[in-house]
Amino acid sequence: MAKPKIALYWAASCGGCDVAVLDTNEKLLDIANIADIVFWPIALDFKYHHLEAMEDGSVDLCLFNGAIRSSEQERIARLLRAKSKVMVAFGACACFGGIPALANFTNRDEIFERAYVEAPSNANANGTFPQTLTKVSEGELELPELFDTVLTLAQVIDVEYFVPGCPPPVDIILKVVDLFATGQLPPVGAIIASDKTLCDECDRTKEEKKITKFYRPHEIIPDPKKCLLEQGIICCGPATRGGCGLRCIQANMPCRGCFGPPPGVVDQGAKLVSALASIYQGDSEAEIARMVEEVLDPAGTFYRFGLADSMLKRKRLQQPQTEGIK
Amino acid sequence: MSFEPKIVGILCNWCSYAGADLAGISRKKYTPNVRVVRVMCSGRVDPTFVLKAFESGADGVLICGCHPGECHYAEGNYKAARRIPLLKKMLSQLGIEDERVRLEWVSASEGDRFASIVDEMTEQIRRLGPFSRNGGGENG
Repeated sequence: MAKPKIALYWAASCGGCDVAVLDTNEKLLDIANIADIVFWPIALDFKYHHLEAMEDGSVDLCLFNGAIRSSEQERIARLLRAKSKVMVAFGACACFGGIPALANFTNRDEIFERAYVEAPSNANANGTFPQTLTKVSEGELELPELFDTVLTLAQVIDVEYFVPGCPPPVDIILKVVDLFATGQLPPVGAIIASDKTLCDECDRTKEEKKITKFYRPHEIIPDPKKCLLEQGIICCGPATRGGCGLRCIQANMPCRGCFGPPPGVVDQGAKLVSALASIYQGDSEAEIARMVEEVLDPAGTFYRFGLADSMLKRKRLQQPQTEGIK
Repeated sequence: MSFEPKIVGILCNWCSYAGADLAGISRKKYTPNVRVVRVMCSGRVDPTFVLKAFESGADGVLICGCHPGECHYAEGNYKAARRIPLLKKMLSQLGIEDERVRLEWVSASEGDRFASIVDEMTEQIRRLGPFSRNGGGENG
């Protein structure tokens, strides 16, 4: 029997998810033993035309990391979808938009303005911006188009499974491969991680949560045994799925939310607003105003990895108001 | 046709819903733009409800609870008093105007006050225009 075929791809991502696959160390050889890796741009020399030449449905498992924010990424996502039997959104960016989705606080024009005009390192006297099509004497040059809005993988194509994390931890990667190899993949749509919140799995001492001041991580040295939230550090644990192995918590850093919302939570940011405001001590207007000020960047903190997948998805694009005005 | 804002009013059972009721039985005239949802306490108002209202086509969300110190459950309204301002700060970062979300204290005897809040908010949102959720931009 022929070995199953695996494809890996990166879209709008940093490469960390691919490195996490390499972090399986000698287990990677086991993966190579049970399956043929037929496409993996970061590690192996395959081209898009190799992928196009494959038969539809001939790839058994595709681990797709990164969000979708350009026409090239969208095209390859659709291509891989056609070629693959099982599509896995691999890592926080593919699942929820991840760090790249923080670009949803802005738009393409503002990004170009910043990157090609305002940034101090620029020498762009002619005001050149990237063009999707450029005519030169030898012919036409093409560049992928950058989107205004960063999308999750599932907003572009159908996805069978979700593996969250920035990056997914090695034990979960091996679990996915094992489930795949033994034919025990869960029902379609499953998120392969814990079904509990991070707080539920956290081993720090937890007492009653009463906060009188929020600190940013660099402002205090936290007690490594005690709940970080109780010490006033904004920790996304109450509204984040567990299964990460408490990587940040063990480094004495608060949870940043890369595993996305736990079961039953639609919007991670809204739930964090609810959780943090509830435990803050102070009922007077002055105390409430102080709390609001202490949470410096609520949207950036609570949607650090999840803006593309949140209910609002992006900052509203202000369109000229034509209808509805008297 | 002029734009009629849709406002979702989330009112606590013990004070504000009774206040709105009083506005009604007193034959108080006010704009019909608010759709009222009764909850047991303003402390029950999960910020997700506000986002859900916008997602479902609301142009504004009005949350009303008992005055501070008068909560039927002692401190539910204080929770709302902390949650809604923090939510509003987050929403402002996402380009949602301040007037679209409003938290007010309305007691059971303040029918007039409820009516004037609704009138005022309707007018403010009428000026802002529809929420028109621009979810995905040109590609999304």
